[in-house]
Amino acid sequence: MYRYVLKRVLLVIPTLVGAAALVFLLMRLIPGDICVVRLGSGGGSFDPRAIAACHAELGMDRSVVVQFIDFVWGFCRLDFGTSMWSGKPVTTEILARLPISLEIAVLATVVAISIAIPLGAISALKQNTWLDVAVRVFAIGGIATPSFWLGIVSILLVLDVTSAITGAPWMPPIDYVPIWQDPIRNLSMAFLPAVTVGYRYAAVSMRMTRSAMLEVMREDYIRTARAKGLINKLIINRHALKNALLPVVTLIGIEFAFLIGGLVVTEQVFNLNGVGRLFVQAVQNQDYTLTQALVMLTVTVFVLTNLVVDLLYAWLDPRIRFA
Amino acid sequence: MRMSRLIACLGVSLGAVWAPPARADDAPKRGGTLTYMIPADGGPSLDGHRETTFAVLHATAPFYSVLVRINPDNPASTTDFVCDLCTEMPAPTDQGLTYTFKIREGVKFHDGTPLTAHDVATSWRKIVSPPKGVASARENNVVMVDKIEDPDDTTVIFRLKFATLSFMPALADPYSFIYSKKILDQDMHWYEKNIMGSGPFKFESYDIGQSVKGVRNPDYYHKGQPYLDGFTAIFAPKQAVRIDAIRADRAAMEFRGLPPSTRDQLVKELGDKITVQESDWNCGNVLTPNHKKKPFDDVRVRKALFLAIDQWRGAAALQKIANVRTVGGIVFPSSPLAATKEELQQLPGYWPDIEKSRAEARRLLKEAGQENLSFEMLNRNVDQPYVIVGTWLVDEFSKIGVKVTQKIVPTGPWLEAMRAGDFTVALEANCQNMVNPVADTGRYLPHELYSENFAYHDDPVQAALYDKMLHETDVAKARVLMREYERQTIDVGAHQLMVTWWYRILPIRSYVKGWKISPSHYLNQDLANIWLDK
Repeated sequence: MYRYVLKRVLLVIPTLVGAAALVFLLMRLIPGDICVVRLGSGGGSFDPRAIAACHAELGMDRSVVVQFIDFVWGFCRLDFGTSMWSGKPVTTEILARLPISLEIAVLATVVAISIAIPLGAISALKQNTWLDVAVRVFAIGGIATPSFWLGIVSILLVLDVTSAITGAPWMPPIDYVPIWQDPIRNLSMAFLPAVTVGYRYAAVSMRMTRSAMLEVMREDYIRTARAKGLINKLIINRHALKNALLPVVTLIGIEFAFLIGGLVVTEQVFNLNGVGRLFVQAVQNQDYTLTQALVMLTVTVFVLTNLVVDLLYAWLDPRIRFA
Repeated sequence: MRMSRLIACLGVSLGAVWAPPARADDAPKRGGTLTYMIPADGGPSLDGHRETTFAVLHATAPFYSVLVRINPDNPASTTDFVCDLCTEMPAPTDQGLTYTFKIREGVKFHDGTPLTAHDVATSWRKIVSPPKGVASARENNVVMVDKIEDPDDTTVIFRLKFATLSFMPALADPYSFIYSKKILDQDMHWYEKNIMGSGPFKFESYDIGQSVKGVRNPDYYHKGQPYLDGFTAIFAPKQAVRIDAIRADRAAMEFRGLPPSTRDQLVKELGDKITVQESDWNCGNVLTPNHKKKPFDDVRVRKALFLAIDQWRGAAALQKIANVRTVGGIVFPSSPLAATKEELQQLPGYWPDIEKSRAEARRLLKEAGQENLSFEMLNRNVDQPYVIVGTWLVDEFSKIGVKVTQKIVPTGPWLEAMRAGDFTVALEANCQNMVNPVADTGRYLPHELYSENFAYHDDPVQAALYDKMLHETDVAKARVLMREYERQTIDVGAHQLMVTWWYRILPIRSYVKGWKISPSHYLNQDLANIWLDK
């Protein structure tokens, strides 16, 4: 087991280095220059020497190899440098946006779990009934509907409904306040994005729960439990659902990791100042250091999630660690 | 209710600012917090001297004073400059080479230290000739300044290398914040990450990428102002968010400009709860053929492109869907140096008889052996109005048999392609913060003289005309020179063509009073004269 764990942990290193090299190269293949965007996008004129000075200030006048070594060395020391756009430390930029992204991810996960597990289980237990069909339609609707579109529609719906009822249209706040400062304002801002993201997330998890439950319910040990005369409620809760949830938990973990930084469009639709919106800004501004740090953050979260999942599987299933 | 909606709609359809006559109950009221949106993400730094994006100005202008500004009560004027920190507008002496400003006494920075002429002079020196390693975005606009002197606490003297009409507008540049000499002496980069001025509002907080907050400066030197207790500026780059926020009164307004469809939607939905202010905008799209790429090295081909465009009918149609409106030459239409309609109609791209114009275009193409011309037009992925104007141009070119495809790319690659000369024809823009006709038209000069001109042409006649105009101080004579320069740019050399000026439309919650629209989204942004009728 220890050898297996060591092997898996060591494999993380080349994965991260490979990802770092890829993101570094891809960023430099995109046409454009942060100095030109910064000096020229306002429409005014600027001295060409200003570009050279800007390159020197940002360290872009060094060779690509030196820049790459500097980037990897910084990453090893957990020093992500400063944003080329704002001049602020990358960690400051990310930490300023992380709370809202984290809050939406947590709330969306709560919404998803509350919907997915009961409905997925019911759908499996009532297979091929009208209830099963209704749940499947609901799930497919969630998968097929983009979260951002649902977000736009939900805002318009809220505006129109409140206008019709009260005569004054209402929408969630467009600036974030931490939950400990003003819980009502905070939750009224986070509620709609959490529901719209949570719906898609729930739909994916619901289908996974359903198929896992169907598979488990046909297992020998369930048949044995029934033969022993256990009541159905106990069979489902204690034996079937617990085992069926293993792949669902894995899926929820991966989806959660995706939500940190993956809500690119949803954050724009709701004017959430989150990590996803920062990602878009960083790419648009061609801010190499910030984009690299954000990609590496995402990659690290995914790699670590996968590592935990791999280790969890090995712990649960001896066949994997001895393979 | 119906009557008020009718009035609002009429105001909109006439394209005018509806300004009711002043009444006793229109006296400014004190108090309240203005929430407005900045239609962008946060700017790179907080230093107005360094940055070019309006996002920085909209977030920081209320904290700062300037030496001279456009009259906040008459911002539509392109020539009405008034003092902010100075006591009276000086008459130039020494044949227009010396301007002596007296600085207000008793002005304090927000940290309580007095503001003197030395702070003004140091700030301007940073703009005019920044030390090594310090960026100044508008250094090119103040090339006429030779020396800045501050002989005592209340006097600042600007000595020019040559007398020019473009000095006063350059001095009234809204980014020219007055910083503390004491701070600049210690760290020239301090203002990139910090805010401390002497303007109508004191800095309260900045949530990175989200919002900026300010509170009333009780020691503000324009007595009685500001009227607001404070303001909150929220960064909201998505147009849909901004429209919804105005509709739900999460924010009262934005200061850049929205397209006509959103104006109509908000007026329809909110009736008398919304007022609309509109103005010609000191921005316009520019059609730029790359003279280094065949066949655009041939003046006949370039001129044929211009002749294909029906600006008069095009502008009338485009204004219904895009924020463009007025047909003009290279000078902002309301400026004293702008061409009249009759003068414009002499130039290719402005002929009143479009059939005759297009016949001439076809003749020129045939003569140049380019009857089957096709090319790719580089454009920026910004709908309002780049993509809309670009799409219209593609259709206009098709009317003389020229096949054009648009290559629409994000800002970075768009700028990069133009700077590298990697395009045949580009649709770009000339968007300036001050209406400064002589300085603004410098962008049509050859690339060697103006680095951001991407036509890559060479025209000594044009350069000589510009130089003469830059040194002219008589408006009437400057106007004559401007016509020659314009003709050289659009007709003789067919270097570039201005394609419809933009139009600024601002739907504003009706309770916001006191603020007047200007031809630029960079002007009149200190919020000192705004009050809330709530």
